[in-house]
Amino acid sequence: LGGRCCVSGHSGYWEGAEGFSSDQIEQLHRRFKQLSGDQPTIRKENFNNVPDLELNPIRSKIVRAFFDNRNLRKGPSGLADEINFEDFLTIMSYFRPIDTSMGEEQVELSRKEKLRFLFHMYDSDSDGRITLEEYRNVVEELLSGNPHIEKESARSIADGAMMEAASVCVGQMEPDQVYEGITFEDFLKIWQGIDIETKMHVRFLNMETMALCH
Amino acid sequence: DERISVFELDYDYVQIPYEVTLWILLASLAKIGFHLYHRLPHLMPESCLLILVGVLVGAIIFGTDHKSPPVMDSSIYFLYLLPPIVLEGGYFMPTRPFFENLGSILWWAGLGSLVNAFGIGLSLYLVCQVQAFGLGDVNLLQNLLFGSLISAVDPAAVLAVFEEARVNEQLYLIIFGEALLNDGISVVLYNILIAFTKMHKFEDIEAVDILAGCARFVIVGVGGVLFGVVFGFISAFITRFTQNISAIEPLIVFMFSYLSYLAAETLYLSGILAITACAVTMKKYVEENVSQKSYTTIKYFMKMLSSVSETLIFIFMGVSTVGKNHEWNWAFICFTLVFCQIWRAISVFALFYVSNQFRTFPFSIKDQCIIFYSGVRGAGSFSLAFLLPLSLFPRKKMFVTATLVVIYFTTFIQGITIGPLVRYLDVKKTNKKESINEELHIRLMDHLKAGIEDVCGHWSHYQVRDKFKKFDHRYLRKILIRKNLPKSSIVSLYKKLEMKQAIEMVETGILSSTAFSVPQQAQRIQGIKRLSPEDVESMRDILTRNMYQVRQRTPSYNKYNLKPQTSEKQAKEILIRRQNTFRESRK
Repeated sequence: LGGRCCVSGHSGYWEGAEGFSSDQIEQLHRRFKQLSGDQPTIRKENFNNVPDLELNPIRSKIVRAFFDNRNLRKGPSGLADEINFEDFLTIMSYFRPIDTSMGEEQVELSRKEKLRFLFHMYDSDSDGRITLEEYRNVVEELLSGNPHIEKESARSIADGAMMEAASVCVGQMEPDQVYEGITFEDFLKIWQGIDIETKMHVRFLNMETMALCH
Repeated sequence: DERISVFELDYDYVQIPYEVTLWILLASLAKIGFHLYHRLPHLMPESCLLILVGVLVGAIIFGTDHKSPPVMDSSIYFLYLLPPIVLEGGYFMPTRPFFENLGSILWWAGLGSLVNAFGIGLSLYLVCQVQAFGLGDVNLLQNLLFGSLISAVDPAAVLAVFEEARVNEQLYLIIFGEALLNDGISVVLYNILIAFTKMHKFEDIEAVDILAGCARFVIVGVGGVLFGVVFGFISAFITRFTQNISAIEPLIVFMFSYLSYLAAETLYLSGILAITACAVTMKKYVEENVSQKSYTTIKYFMKMLSSVSETLIFIFMGVSTVGKNHEWNWAFICFTLVFCQIWRAISVFALFYVSNQFRTFPFSIKDQCIIFYSGVRGAGSFSLAFLLPLSLFPRKKMFVTATLVVIYFTTFIQGITIGPLVRYLDVKKTNKKESINEELHIRLMDHLKAGIEDVCGHWSHYQVRDKFKKFDHRYLRKILIRKNLPKSSIVSLYKKLEMKQAIEMVETGILSSTAFSVPQQAQRIQGIKRLSPEDVESMRDILTRNMYQVRQRTPSYNKYNLKPQTSEKQAKEILIRRQNTFRESRK
C-alpha cells in the first residue's frame, strides 16, 4: 500500500491508505472479504449484505460515495464499477479521527478533505456546484421517514436553505442577480461554525490498538 | 343485653391492607408532585423522593405510637416484593447493545461485586479487631456478610439523571448491566454466606467448604439463567396459540416469569437471574404474538408492579429509620462509609484497566470516574440487612443502622451531585443550531456516520449475531411465532401508527405548509427578500420533527416511567417484524 499523493495538487500530503495501523488494516480486510464474498472486488450489489443500511435514508448516496471517482481519486467525475481493497481503504481513510497533534496545516488539510467528501455527496452531477435541484433531492431523502410530508414542503425547505446559503456566501443579492449554486468555497464557509472533526469520524478507526472484540 | 348498633368501627379488620394502600397512594401523590415541577427529575433521582416519603410516614407512625403493619419479612420480600422489580429490569433491557457488551458487563458486575464484598468485609474485620471500638464480637463471617450486602448497588436510580446528561451509550449500558446483575449476585453471595454462618462452629470451616462455596456460586448463577431461558421459550410457545383469548396473554407472561423465579428458588438456584433470563428470552417472541392491547397491558402492568414493590420497600426503610431500633457506633459506621467508597474506586479502576485492554472502545478515565460515583445503594441493601436473622447476628441493629447511613449518604449526596458532575466532566459544546443549513448538514452527517459504521461492521460481533439470527429465523421463529397472523392485527397496528402520526402532524401545524412565501419557480435562486426569522423557525421545526431519526444509539430507560416515544418505535418495529413473518409464512 504505497503512499498516495493528492491528485488535486494541494501543497501537503494526504496520507490516504497509509495512516492505518496493521491491526486496523487486517480488521478492515476481513470486513471487505465478508462484504465481497471472498472476491477481490466489491460491486454496488454487495452492499445489500449490510442489513442495517436498509433503514438509512441516504443509503443510495452512501453506497454511491464508495464508487465515486472523485473520492477514489481516479478522476473528476463518474462512477467506478467495482472497487478493490485499496479503494475501500481510501474511502475509509476519510473517516479517520483528526489527529490534533499533527500540526495546524495538517489539521486544516484533513478537515478540508472530509468536507470535500461531503460536498461530493451533495453534488451528484459532479459539476462542482450544488444546485437547487440537488439540494431538494437531499432534503427529500432526509424527510423520507415521514410519508405525510408533501413534496411541496420538502421543496420549500430546500429553497429556504438555499436562500440562506446564498445570503451567507454572497451577501445581500440584487433582485436580478442569480445564484448558480453552492461551490466548494461557499460550502466551506457554511461549515465554518460546525466542528466536523468531532462528527465525521468512526471510532472504529481509532489510532490506538484494538486487540480482540470486546 | 346488647342492642344492635347503627354504626360500628372495626379498624383492626382492615388495618393492614388499609395502611399499605395509604402508603402506596401517598407515594404516588408525591411522585405526581415530583414530576409536576419539570426540573426536579433531572436534578435528583426519584428514589430520594421515595425515601423522604418513607421518613415522613415513619415519623407519623412513630409519633402516634402506632404499630406498623408487618410488611417486610424474609418470605414476603423474596417471594413478592423482589420478583417484580427484577422482572421489570429484565424486560426493558435493550437486548442488542447489552449482548454486545456482555463480556465487559459480566466482568464488571460479577467481579466488581465480589471484590467489593470481600474487600469491605475484610477491611471492616480488621477495624473490628481494634479493641478501642468495642466491636470485638463481630467475627469474620459476619463482616463478610455485611460486606456482601452493602456492596449491592442500585444505580438504576441514577440512570434517569444520566439520560438527561446524555452520557455515551457504553457508559449507560455498563451501569444498566450492573444494576441488572448486581442484585442477583449479591443475593447469591448473601445466601451462601448465611449458609456458612449457620454452620455453628466457625473453626469447622475447611478449604473444602470454601471450594464448595465457590462452585455453588457458579452453579447457582448458571443454573438460574438456564431455568429462565427454558421458561422463556415455553411461554413464548404458548403465546402462539392464544389468539382467541387474548385477555389471558398478560397473565401467561407474568405467571411464567414468576414460575421461573419460584422454580429456580426451589432448587436454591438464583431466582433473580432466572427471571431476568426469562424476560429477555421471551420478550422478542411474545411481542410479536400477543395482541397490541396485551402488549401495552404487559408493559404498563410491569411498571406498575415494580413501582409498587419499590415504593413499599422504601417506605419501610423510612419507617425503620425513625425509631428506637438503632445502635449507633461511630467507628463502624464511618469506616463502612469510607471503605465503601475506597473499595468501589479500587474495583472500578483496577477492573476497567484490565478490561480496557480487550475492548474496542476503552472506557476513559472520565467514564470510570462517573462509574465510581454512581455507586448508589438502595432498597436491595436495606432489605438484605433488615432480613438478617437476629439469632446469628446479635448486633443486627448496628448493621441496619450502618446500612441506612450508607444508603442515605449515597442516595442523597451522590444522587444529587452526579448530574452536575456528569455535565461538568463532559464539557458539552454548545451547538446552537440557528440555521436550516446546519440542521440539514448535521443530520446528514449523523446518517452518514451510522451508514459507514454499518458498512465497516462497526459492532464486530456481526458474525456471531448473524449466525444467531439465521438460527433464530430458521428454527425458533417457526416454532414460536404464530403462522396465520390475523390480518386485522397488522391493519389495526398500522392504523394506529397512522393515526398517531396524523395527530402529531396537526400538532406541529405541518398541514399549513403554505405558510412559506417562497417562490415555486426557478432552478436558480433569485435575489429576493431574506427569509423572516419566523419562517426559519418553522422550517427548522419541521425538520427537527420529521427528519428521519438517526437510529438511537443511547437506549432510553427510565425506571419509573414509560416514555411515549419508545412505544411507538417499538410498535413500528413489531409491525415490520410481523410483516416479515407474514410474508415468510405465505411463501
